[in-house]
Amino acid sequence: MVTLNDYLLVSGLLFALGFAGVLLRRNVLIIFMALELMLNAANLSLVAFSRFNVTGGLPNYNGQMLVFFIITVAAAEVAVGLAIIVALYRARQTTNVEDLNSLKF
Amino acid sequence: MSPILFWIFAALMLGFGAATIINRNPVASALSLVVSFLGLAALFFSLDAYFIGVIQILVYAGAVMVLFLFIIMLLDLKAEQSRQISLPVLLGGAAVAGLFVTQIVMVIRCYPAGSQPFPALAEKFNDAANIGTMLFGNYNLPFQVIGVLILVASIGVVVLSKRELK
Repeated sequence: MVTLNDYLLVSGLLFALGFAGVLLRRNVLIIFMALELMLNAANLSLVAFSRFNVTGGLPNYNGQMLVFFIITVAAAEVAVGLAIIVALYRARQTTNVEDLNSLKF
Repeated sequence: MSPILFWIFAALMLGFGAATIINRNPVASALSLVVSFLGLAALFFSLDAYFIGVIQILVYAGAVMVLFLFIIMLLDLKAEQSRQISLPVLLGGAAVAGLFVTQIVMVIRCYPAGSQPFPALAEKFNDAANIGTMLFGNYNLPFQVIGVLILVASIGVVVLSKRELK
């Protein structure tokens, strides 16, 4: 039997994977992909909670609406973020975050 | 959904999610991320969220990942030659992620309601119609705002991609 806790555990593991990716990787594009993993982990727990709160035989659709908006905003965010990465690459010819340190104090 | 299928898809999602951050080649990373998103969509289907699962496949595994692959090939990124991850960074990253998982496990242990089976749903319900009704009813204003946001994002991308900003 699969319970809510299983979904929350899987979602937490996925979030931890994305978090470790952001901390460990040095390529800006891979860091961006790890960010997407974390967004999706949050989506999974939202949908699981939505399915858990059943009223009148229907899941709580408020959670699924939130997921819908997250996916839409994430798509816009990916487009803008990748445009920034392309502009960055054009200016510096690198995507390695350790070479992008001109704002460092 | 049977537990076996759940664990298969969860393992698929987590395994390819790990492959995303382990692979040196960015193209292999992006393709692993596609498989991870497909596994996640299967988990959404198992939670009876059919509409969300479908847009997960269409938007994430389709549009977003094509964009990622397109940019990777445009920038012509090579696989990282040698990995020089310093030990403190590795330990720090693993420790923070491990602490987070530990915290989740502790919270889950103190939440006995979560180990009950999921409540039963109605025999038949129209998922997409219900979501559409909510989207154009209660959530009409956020929906319109999202439209403006996407417009602004697409204009912003065009401006950012220009060779010289005026």
